[in-house]
Amino acid sequence: MDLVTPGIGLIFWTGVIFAILLFALSKFAWKPINNMISKRNQSIEDALNQAELAREEMKRLHSDNEKILAEARIERDKMIQEARAIKDQIVGQAKEEAKAEVDKIKKSAKQEIEAQRAAALEEIRNQVLELSVLVAEKVIRKELKSGPEHEQLIDNLLKDVKLN
Amino acid sequence: MNKIYLLTVLCLSLLFSSTVIAAESEQAHEQEEEKFNVNELIMHHIKDAHDWHILDYTNKSGEKVSVSIPLPVILIHNGQLDVFLSSEFEHGHKTVTKGNNTYILYHNKIYLADEKGEIKYEDKDGEHVVVNEKPLNFSITKNVFSMMIVAVLLLLVFISVAKSYKRNPGRPKGLQAFMEPLILFVKDEIVYPNLGKKTDKFLPFLLTIFFFILFNNLLGIIPIFPGNANVTGNIAVTLTLATFTFFAINLNGNKHYWKHTLWMPGVPVFVKPILAIVELMGMIVKPVALTIRLFANITAGHIIILSLVSLIFIYESLVMSPVSVLFVLFMNCLEILVAFLQAYIFTMLSSLFIGMAVEDHH
Repeated sequence: MDLVTPGIGLIFWTGVIFAILLFALSKFAWKPINNMISKRNQSIEDALNQAELAREEMKRLHSDNEKILAEARIERDKMIQEARAIKDQIVGQAKEEAKAEVDKIKKSAKQEIEAQRAAALEEIRNQVLELSVLVAEKVIRKELKSGPEHEQLIDNLLKDVKLN
Repeated sequence: MNKIYLLTVLCLSLLFSSTVIAAESEQAHEQEEEKFNVNELIMHHIKDAHDWHILDYTNKSGEKVSVSIPLPVILIHNGQLDVFLSSEFEHGHKTVTKGNNTYILYHNKIYLADEKGEIKYEDKDGEHVVVNEKPLNFSITKNVFSMMIVAVLLLLVFISVAKSYKRNPGRPKGLQAFMEPLILFVKDEIVYPNLGKKTDKFLPFLLTIFFFILFNNLLGIIPIFPGNANVTGNIAVTLTLATFTFFAINLNGNKHYWKHTLWMPGVPVFVKPILAIVELMGMIVKPVALTIRLFANITAGHIIILSLVSLIFIYESLVMSPVSVLFVLFMNCLEILVAFLQAYIFTMLSSLFIGMAVEDHH
């Protein structure tokens, strides 16, 4: 029975000690500890949120980069195409010009050749004429002297003509 | 392999020490031919005392010497306040006279001595009952002193933890790292589920109750000074703690709580008074249940350990000591678990009751 009869003195002292402990620990321990833990939790949460934001920012930047890259690729393709077109155009033009030039040169060469030929033919004709006159003159002169000897002479003359 | 070796050494040393104690006590028995009374020993250990008993031995000249720390005695009787050290009683062999009052120490309780300076008994239902008057006793007893040690320990530990939080809030180290999981356990697992938004208001009270009970429980398991006081196994202590919870519940109870207690809505009018009586009884039963649960669990643990140790002295046999030591070892491990468990349950139920009283209803 003694065991389950609370003593007044112990109740008093337990009350006093616990009340002091409650006051002192609340003020000097639990409050700062709880505040610090809450603050730390807050800072961890903030850090996590910031990391999330940074990740999203990164994602956005990444997609921007992709877009810029794609645009650049299109631009490049366009430029290459244009360059190719310009090249084709230049080459075609050059070819045409060259062809025209060649034609012109050919034509003038032909004319030149034609003119030269005509001139040569003229000269040949003149020389043949002269020779003919010369041959005729010489034949005429020999005929006046002897028969077979004339033939010999003419033959020789013809030989000369051939050489010419 | 090392662990097994260590364990063996530990067991052997425990065994040896207990057998030495057994042998010594046997010697004492032979000399004084005193019968070993288990009941008296256990009751002596689990009850409060006016001095902190450390050990008894018989010196060379055959005198029985008792080593203990004397504690202050504070008594009020007939408007007279008497303060003296308990060593003046010389373990109950002497009476102490202060002014008109003569005090006598009998079974660790202080009575006023009769005219002959003795204790008077009366037989009631076949039991010896002391009929002497008792003074108002506000002494610093063993339990009070033990609580003071716990209070100082708690202040030292948690103020230093608070300081290290100020210095280094991010990465807990040392004592701070050891205590933080316990603090967070109380906060997140016990208090928050029951109190929600009101956690911060009641957290200091519940943390104090948790660590006060835990430290007292743990100190009670240590078999020698500064431990071994059965503080949380004393009904006066648990009653006081439960009273704090009672006030925490009823001083903070909201309109809804009082309405449900005194005039239950949603039931026929003639049932309301009956329910009010039941609810008012419940108001008292809650702290009483807390009181008895903690008291009974801790006292039971102490009784079991003491009984197991006493087996050696009952059988007066060396053979018994290893059995006894193994059982006590097991019980001590169990008691460490119980120390945490009972602190947890007391705090858990306190926060549950407070939570029920302050809960918002929409």
